[in-house]
Amino acid sequence: MTIDRLLEGLRQRDPRAIGRAISLVENGDESAEIILSSLDENLVSQATILGITGPPGAGKSTLTNEIIAKLRHQEERIGIIAIDPSSPISGGAILGDRIRMMQHATDKDVVMRSMATRGRLGGLCATAGAAVRIMASCGCSTIIIETVGVGQSEMDIIRLADITLLVMAPGLGDEIQAMKAGLLEVADILVVNKADCKGADILAMDLEAVTRKGSATPTQVCMTVATEGKGVTELLDRIDKLDSEHRDSGERQKRRRGAHNQEVLDWCLEILRPQLLDKIIKRKLSVLGDPRLKAKKILEEK
Amino acid sequence: MGSTQKYRVLIGKPGLDGHDRGAKFIARALRDAGFEVVYTGIRRSPEEIAAAAVQEDVDAVGLSSLSGAHMRLFPAVVEALAHAGAPEIPVLGGGVIPEEDIVALKAAGIVEIFTPGTPIDTIISAYRDACEKKSTG
Amino acid sequence: MAKHPKLAEWEENELAKSLSRFPERKAKFTNHGGDEIPRLATPETIDEHYLDNLGFPGQYPYTRGVQPTMHRGRLWTMRQYAGFSSAAESNKRYRYLLDQGTTGLSVAFDLPTQIGYDSDDQMSIGEVGKVGVAIDSLADMETLFDQIPLDKVSTSMTINSPAAVLLAMYVAVGEKQGVAPKDIQGTIQNDILKEYVARGTYIFPPKPSLRLITNIFQWCGQNTPAFNTISISGYHIREAGSTAAQEVAFTLANGCTYVQTALDAGLELDVFARRLAFFFNASSDLLEEVAKFRAARRLWARLMKERFGAKNKASLMLRFHTQTAGNTLTAQQIDNNIVRVTIQALAAVLGGTQSLHTNSKDEAHSLPTEESVRTALRTQQVLAHESGVVDTIDPLAGSYYIESLTDKIERDALALIDKIEESGGVVKCIEDGFIQRQIENAAYQYQMEIERGERIIVGVNKFQIQEEKKPPLLRVAPEVEESQIAKLTEVKNNRNNEQVASLLARLETAAQGDDNLMPFIYDCVKEYATLGEICNVLRKVFGEYKDRG
Repeated sequence: MTIDRLLEGLRQRDPRAIGRAISLVENGDESAEIILSSLDENLVSQATILGITGPPGAGKSTLTNEIIAKLRHQEERIGIIAIDPSSPISGGAILGDRIRMMQHATDKDVVMRSMATRGRLGGLCATAGAAVRIMASCGCSTIIIETVGVGQSEMDIIRLADITLLVMAPGLGDEIQAMKAGLLEVADILVVNKADCKGADILAMDLEAVTRKGSATPTQVCMTVATEGKGVTELLDRIDKLDSEHRDSGERQKRRRGAHNQEVLDWCLEILRPQLLDKIIKRKLSVLGDPRLKAKKILEEK
Repeated sequence: MGSTQKYRVLIGKPGLDGHDRGAKFIARALRDAGFEVVYTGIRRSPEEIAAAAVQEDVDAVGLSSLSGAHMRLFPAVVEALAHAGAPEIPVLGGGVIPEEDIVALKAAGIVEIFTPGTPIDTIISAYRDACEKKSTG
Repeated sequence: MAKHPKLAEWEENELAKSLSRFPERKAKFTNHGGDEIPRLATPETIDEHYLDNLGFPGQYPYTRGVQPTMHRGRLWTMRQYAGFSSAAESNKRYRYLLDQGTTGLSVAFDLPTQIGYDSDDQMSIGEVGKVGVAIDSLADMETLFDQIPLDKVSTSMTINSPAAVLLAMYVAVGEKQGVAPKDIQGTIQNDILKEYVARGTYIFPPKPSLRLITNIFQWCGQNTPAFNTISISGYHIREAGSTAAQEVAFTLANGCTYVQTALDAGLELDVFARRLAFFFNASSDLLEEVAKFRAARRLWARLMKERFGAKNKASLMLRFHTQTAGNTLTAQQIDNNIVRVTIQALAAVLGGTQSLHTNSKDEAHSLPTEESVRTALRTQQVLAHESGVVDTIDPLAGSYYIESLTDKIERDALALIDKIEESGGVVKCIEDGFIQRQIENAAYQYQMEIERGERIIVGVNKFQIQEEKKPPLLRVAPEVEESQIAKLTEVKNNRNNEQVASLLARLETAAQGDDNLMPFIYDCVKEYATLGEICNVLRKVFGEYKDRG
């Protein structure tokens, strides 16, 4: 596909062009810059970016699937970016989140993309951010970023979101993990999924208690049974309400700016990394001496 | 191509067959060979598989069917891909497939067919070749 | 040496009672030299350990078999799973098999039937009549059993999610033949839990599926008391790549779930538990497989007695059907498959199976031809009549290896069952993907051992040859789909459509409530409502289960 045809495809919101464009960005292709500078910034700034994270087995994909179904009832065009970890050994990945969302596969207004972490820290955030912008520019008014909440890279991605849901389920024993990872602090809404299972009430109470301790405005807790679609409408109402509050209070703009700065920083590092590595190698440094001092020296020189 | 380029493939099970041992094994083996593998799960229509392949911008599609419906379903996926504007995405397939069907399937545009007992290394290199051809061709 | 009192007790009670009702196949079992073959080998000194863990055949914990005389009394049922194309085609194959000495039928349905779609459904394209026979309505079922007396033949049906519908059709065919429901014998697989983890022919989510199963237990208890209401299957779990211990664990854990669900619905344990049957895989590791069958039998008896408090002996007995392992068949040098099947069938017989299907040599290529099916059946007949392993009960008992392996498999399986229990039960472990992951990991590991050549598969990764000759294949004519659709249209044109619509509406209302759905389904099928119509009503009320990968 030539770049002109690709840009035309993006204007037509053609799924083939969207898929291709995201790949080019993801692979660091030179044409990425042209693509990203052609986007409709107005649509990008209007779209709502929803982050969904939580431990494996909590039912994130099933919940995402239900959210898509409900939003599609409202005639919205939706984008989904589902992130799975790459194998640190082979570099490969199994991207299985589509399985639970296949019912929307042939819906032209559901744009989905699976993405592997590819072992990049900031880079993933930058790539996911670019994918969000491409989807928004192609008319997606809500974009969901779904990721397993276990590592730092996922935490970074969540910063891209206007509103973040942390999905948990009783019996996973991951509440403590989530707290350790600091997920409770970044989440705007806590979702206790599988609310029909034993221990759901207790989990909800525990979560409320923990979040109340930390701040004046406790994080909201929602109960859902995603497999049956229960509680999803209420959840979406909460999201809507919070989103408009954030828009009114300037919180949304503040977050966007923070995320934007972060993205710029990530790109700086992405660009600098190979250049710096090159410099370092050329210097044929001795293994003796303090690495930090050497780093400063390299950065200071013109 | 940038240094972060990875081959992306989609593994799908068209039709009603629920035996996914083979499909899951291939998916995992491809992952361990460094591929990014989108897995669709069972009972997918050719249109669903094609739509997913396009959105995910994969370099190849792999199909598995053990129910004997391959003659209808595999070519249907090739057609659906063409219809979705992605005729260049190569389709590979595997399953309990008699020799004479393999000839017919290849004629219908499926680039490679694997039967029980095909070594995994052969399968992986066929996927690699298919992906390579697609991205350079 | 004096006979141990417990042995004498067994001989006087279980054995004598059994012999008086069911004499053994021969008055005297002898070898080639004329020496008498003992019924049962026992240890020289029978201690507490032996009595607790092995005991005698037909006695708790049933390690040595569920009947006092086992295959000396009656051979297993030779039951070949078959069915393809149209009902008329399959009917021909069944009558051929009965002529050849099969003693029970086993119906394979095509995938649309198994997933509750009519042949004209969009989802059925390419699948009609492929892996089994297509059944759309009672009319097809009538053709399928034409001239086969349902009071004489026992029929096993591999049907799960829509089991209630096919069972209703079967009973209705019986009634048309003048056979009362109480005389109908056979088994429906009706095991939905393993569909979610290993086989994939689910329709509805777990909760309503379990309700349907409980409805069947209850209805059959009242109407078809000689019919096995479920065949709790490890077969497909093993085919999906599990280990032997996992096969036992997941199967028995599923069994416990069905028992608990039925108890929760108010059914009486000792009434329904005796109609539970099991279905296992016989793979090629002969000794491990024999130990597996013994371990499964013992563990089920213990679970039923200790955890559920079953009182009736019949509730404790794990009776099982076995099929040789389809996944071990190779597409290369297919005659080797006959040897594999023989070893596997031997394992099943030594393990004390109640019925057996032997796979045919050509099944890694397509459905089996009539000739290869006959060889598979002959394999069973050779084992039964020539091998001599059937003349003494549980012949491998007492081998240090077999006994220690039996103990180990029981221990490993129990640990896994307990882990599932602690994690919130089978349904939760399915929804979380825990069980699927366990199977997947085992399958992956096994396959990689083959790929690395650490495990030899003869003719596949060693001892290969260049093969010229292609085996003759059975092909399902593509016209089947068309003719099946034509037949379906005709049925719909000739029935009382108003009546059908009102019966379907009644079914829908019933499904929304708590009534037993079997009588409603039975009424529907008798008026020739189609399988797809009935399942669509239930889909509407129950929703559909989605693959979780």
